Amino acid sequence: MTEPDVNGDEGRVVLDDADIARALTRISHEILERNKGAENLVLLGLHTRGVPLARRIAAGIAEVEGTPVPTGSLDVTMYRDDLRSHPTRAPHKTEIPAGGIDGRIVVLVDDVLYSGRTIRAALDAISDLGRPSAVRLAVLVDRGHRELPIRADHVGKNLPTARSEKVRVRLAETDGADAVTITGGTE
Amino acid sequence: MKKHLLSIDDVTADDIAALFETAAEMHDVQRREVKKLPALRGRTIINLFFEDSTRTRSSFEIAGKWLSADVINLSAKGSSTSKGESLRDTVLTVTAMGIDGLVMRHSASGAAHQVAQWLDVPVINAGDGMHEHPTQALLDAYTLTRHLGTLEGKHVAIIGDLTHSRVFRSNIKSLAKLGARVTVVAPPTLMPSGVGPWSARAGFATSYDLDGVLAGEYGPVDAVMMLRVQKERMSGGYFPTAREYTVGYGLTRGRLAMLQPGTPILHPGPMNRGLEISPDAADAADSLILDQVSAGVAVRMAVLYHLLAGEETGA
Repeated sequence: MTEPDVNGDEGRVVLDDADIARALTRISHEILERNKGAENLVLLGLHTRGVPLARRIAAGIAEVEGTPVPTGSLDVTMYRDDLRSHPTRAPHKTEIPAGGIDGRIVVLVDDVLYSGRTIRAALDAISDLGRPSAVRLAVLVDRGHRELPIRADHVGKNLPTARSEKVRVRLAETDGADAVTITGGTE
Repeated sequence: MKKHLLSIDDVTADDIAALFETAAEMHDVQRREVKKLPALRGRTIINLFFEDSTRTRSSFEIAGKWLSADVINLSAKGSSTSKGESLRDTVLTVTAMGIDGLVMRHSASGAAHQVAQWLDVPVINAGDGMHEHPTQALLDAYTLTRHLGTLEGKHVAIIGDLTHSRVFRSNIKSLAKLGARVTVVAPPTLMPSGVGPWSARAGFATSYDLDGVLAGEYGPVDAVMMLRVQKERMSGGYFPTAREYTVGYGLTRGRLAMLQPGTPILHPGPMNRGLEISPDAADAADSLILDQVSAGVAVRMAVLYHLLAGEETGA
């Protein structure tokens, strides 16, 4: 496969691969700055695309600090408040790094922050897994339209959208290439 | 996935894969300090048991509770059934209380199918007479898959009282769906009369000679599944003495030595130690009997989750 067609049917590109790389580098630095170093940090990626994003941020932090950051994944399927309105699907893997999350600074990583309901489910899941000293949120895109009092601590890009639009994040690990696109809306 | 789980016929190989994937996650939850997941919060499940059970009922109860459902156990002893209420009236009465799922065990084959016709909530068959016990077969296959990596092309020997065994009837279906070869071994008196058409199928064989099967007459054995001699159904004089059964069909210390090292041993329980399985085999390092029990909770959580958590599909 060559370059996927990111225009045309695939919608308008709002972040290309270089933009995504820059945003993640900035988030890595912000996390370090806010935390005053990599100490006590645990990164948890939310399935599906939060998981590779968390790994990339961890790699960015490791590059600066020289020490690896414990990184895991979190699946919130069973904690969702809309389970009843979808056909059931098998949950993904939840992998908590060996040191656990008790007393750690957990940074949740997701691709798009929208209604905030996924993050609410993630907070519930975390409280069943342990007691972090703090939980923070890093997202690649914040597209607004929150339905719950939730905000992100680190945002790659604030993207004002209409509810009728669709924001799609594609990553090399899951989709073959990096891009954030918007489709739909005004028709 | 279909609405009810009455038989292994109700699930496809893809459904089984999804159930196993979920069960693997549930297995991890079992090791957590907080074992609750909120997926079935607010749902009520009734375990309606017309036959005795320890592990199936308690593992369904634990599975439901770990998914945050409210689980009520009803056994026929001490219920209205002993006052002469019909099966139909009993199940309609308990569902009228507003339950979301029914787990049922009954001594009559087909009881769960019959009940599923009357109800519009999911019914899970936890054993019906000599017919099927689908969640047992799923947990057996799950345990074996975890141990062997895959069941595709593996050779599983199932030994014991086949005639009365719903575990066997569900297992041969699930093992076939997952691509395993099955050889079943029983004394002629305990070989089901309808086994003929099955044995004509590819990947399926029957034998009266356990030593021959273990020696590899039908190919190397990758797993051994012992079935319980159902003493409560043994009034028919199926074999002369218990001793004779053990000599012919028990997994004795001698037969244990015939297995390749590392060959997993399964038994659905409860075991008759010294009859169909020797203590040496039951407690052997390769015995997966306790793994089956812990897998039982994980697999039943997966079944409850897939049947009860999602959108109502009508039916």
